[in-house]
Amino acid sequence: MDVTTGARRHRTKAAIFSAVFIGLGQLYNKQYTKGLLYMIMAQLFFWNYYPIAYQGIRGLITLGDVPTKIVAGNVIKGDHSIFMLIHGLITLVLILLFAGFYAMNIYDAKKNGELRDEGRPVPGFIESVRRAKLRNFPYLLLLPATCFVLFVTVMPLVFNVLIAFTNYSAPNHIPDRSLVDWVGFRTFYDLFAQESWRTTFFGISVWNVIWAVASTLSVFFSGLLLALMVNHPKIKFKKFWRTIFILPWAVPQFISILVFRVLLNGSFGPVNDIIIKLGLSPVPWLSDPTMAKVTIIIVNLWFSTPFLMALMSGVLTTMPRDLYEAASVDGATGSQKFFKLTLPLVLAATAPILIMQFAFNFNNFNLIYMLTDGSPNHPDYYYAGSTDILISWIFKMTLNQSQFNMASAVSIIMFVFITVFSLWNYRRMKTTQEEDMV
Amino acid sequence: MSKLLNNLVVIGIYMVFAVLLITTIYPLIWVVGTSLNPGNTLMVSTMFPDQPTIAHYVDLIRNTDFVLWFTNTITIAIANAVLSTALVAATAYAFSRFRFKGRQQGLMTLLILQMFPGFLSIMAIFVLLLQTKLLDTHLGLILIYAGGSISMGTWVMKGHFDTIPKSLEEAAYIDGASHTETLFKIILPLSLPAITFVALNSFITPFMDFILPQIVLRSSEKMTLAQGLYNMVANETNSSFTTFAAGAVLVALPITFLYMYFQKYLIHGITAGADKG
Repeated sequence: MDVTTGARRHRTKAAIFSAVFIGLGQLYNKQYTKGLLYMIMAQLFFWNYYPIAYQGIRGLITLGDVPTKIVAGNVIKGDHSIFMLIHGLITLVLILLFAGFYAMNIYDAKKNGELRDEGRPVPGFIESVRRAKLRNFPYLLLLPATCFVLFVTVMPLVFNVLIAFTNYSAPNHIPDRSLVDWVGFRTFYDLFAQESWRTTFFGISVWNVIWAVASTLSVFFSGLLLALMVNHPKIKFKKFWRTIFILPWAVPQFISILVFRVLLNGSFGPVNDIIIKLGLSPVPWLSDPTMAKVTIIIVNLWFSTPFLMALMSGVLTTMPRDLYEAASVDGATGSQKFFKLTLPLVLAATAPILIMQFAFNFNNFNLIYMLTDGSPNHPDYYYAGSTDILISWIFKMTLNQSQFNMASAVSIIMFVFITVFSLWNYRRMKTTQEEDMV
Repeated sequence: MSKLLNNLVVIGIYMVFAVLLITTIYPLIWVVGTSLNPGNTLMVSTMFPDQPTIAHYVDLIRNTDFVLWFTNTITIAIANAVLSTALVAATAYAFSRFRFKGRQQGLMTLLILQMFPGFLSIMAIFVLLLQTKLLDTHLGLILIYAGGSISMGTWVMKGHFDTIPKSLEEAAYIDGASHTETLFKIILPLSLPAITFVALNSFITPFMDFILPQIVLRSSEKMTLAQGLYNMVANETNSSFTTFAAGAVLVALPITFLYMYFQKYLIHGITAGADKG
């Protein structure tokens, strides 16, 4: 008993010392420079930041309690709830970093205590720095990217999630005119319980899914067909056709979308002009709710097919020829070859791309916003038109209507959907890419 | 019989091609035609104007902020390309060549983040930039673009790094090279296709993207091309369509050539990324 505690004496003591006071364990291990450095850093940080951190956390919990008032004609600024929320978040990140430093300090003391227990020398300051540099090189490489991802992607995501649990919305809860409060799940409750919100949400969701599926499938098959046609052995000037058909892919998408917006304009668009000159009645391309949806899918076909065609052409050239010859020998018909050979092989090769396209189309804001702007109007919808998808609805709620909490609630539902989708996708991929992840 | 059918198929294909040719080319020719058409309205515009004029181009450059938008976009594009490529290369190198704690979780995180378009948290970005005084600055936009490109580019770049045989570096290490030296002298030069893909993509994004600039850049003199052109079309008076057409041609021409030229890199880059994840 005595022996075992004796053998573990230094590591336990050092760890406890460091847990009580940052840097103390290092001093105990006779790493004086490191210990002092840790102590100074920890004390400087703690005493400088402690009041700010306290304020930040308090702000995060209360979201401010001094409303802006007008006293005798003068505006007396109150708390700005949203800024307090952000300060709170940043504080939280810093506290987590400090906690990480604290944990590392204990771990380091224990590690060096272990060395002493085993009767080995404890590395000096310069030696430790050198070792850390070698071991942590990959982390050093990842540091800038991590910071970027943290502040540009993760922080906004967390902030966004938090907003959904507040009442941050026009007209009554816009800082710094008035305060914002935590309201729990009430926003979600409203979304599903209030008739108009529910109608809007489900209506848009259904169209969004239909749009994503229809656009992905239509582009897939038109791309495959076009590739098959261009690669048909009897077709001449293959290079010419391929160049022509790839063109829409090379033109910047927003330009094509805007051009189509003008071309298909109901009253002065050139396309309807031609149709009228041909003696037919004009088509309500963008003004009829159903027709507008069809138009969106057609316009998407126009500029998305070329990419798939180029991709499929590549896939088709790698198709094993002997399989087709074997099928011919067995008396397979053309359609049999297509459905039993070409389609499965192409699908297997392009499945990841299809999933990416689906995810992209699901949130294809540019197309919807620039082509139709969500119009034509839908009388039953809150802040949305007939062709709006979830992301453009969120955009409108945020930038035009200041319905921040509802926008966040809807985007959380989208987050969940996307996460489930990508996890499932990742699982599926992992089975084929096992060796890469180890 | 079978030969007849075959011929019919070929004729059918040519007919389809003819239709596609018209639908593909028509919008493109229409824009060019309109931009060269005298007069300001669409009603009088014909596909092939009798007396082509460059008045709209002159008008575009003299009377709108087009040149300014163009410089803005180029600045953002170059800064974004440099910053993104550096970030992505460092990240991909770490993931490809080192085995460390949290590596798998890191890769997984990137994969999931890639699925979230940056603009999903529009409102958060808006408020965060406002807080950090980066709203309505190009720097703010560049930082957001660069942050977004990491999750997208890293997998492509890592996929490419993985195909470079390790024996090359091991030889270099034996000769006393450091990690940084092998990265710059061996891995990067061998990964030109992947680097081109990432750099090109980040260069082109500011030309194509609309939603992020619309959130970040508020004043007219800071806008990018996409915003400026959208505003020309969005206000439904049809007088500015001809100017828009001129602008559209000026923007589309160089990018179209760029895309056609780098076709292979761009299409295969996406496939390579998808293969690996």
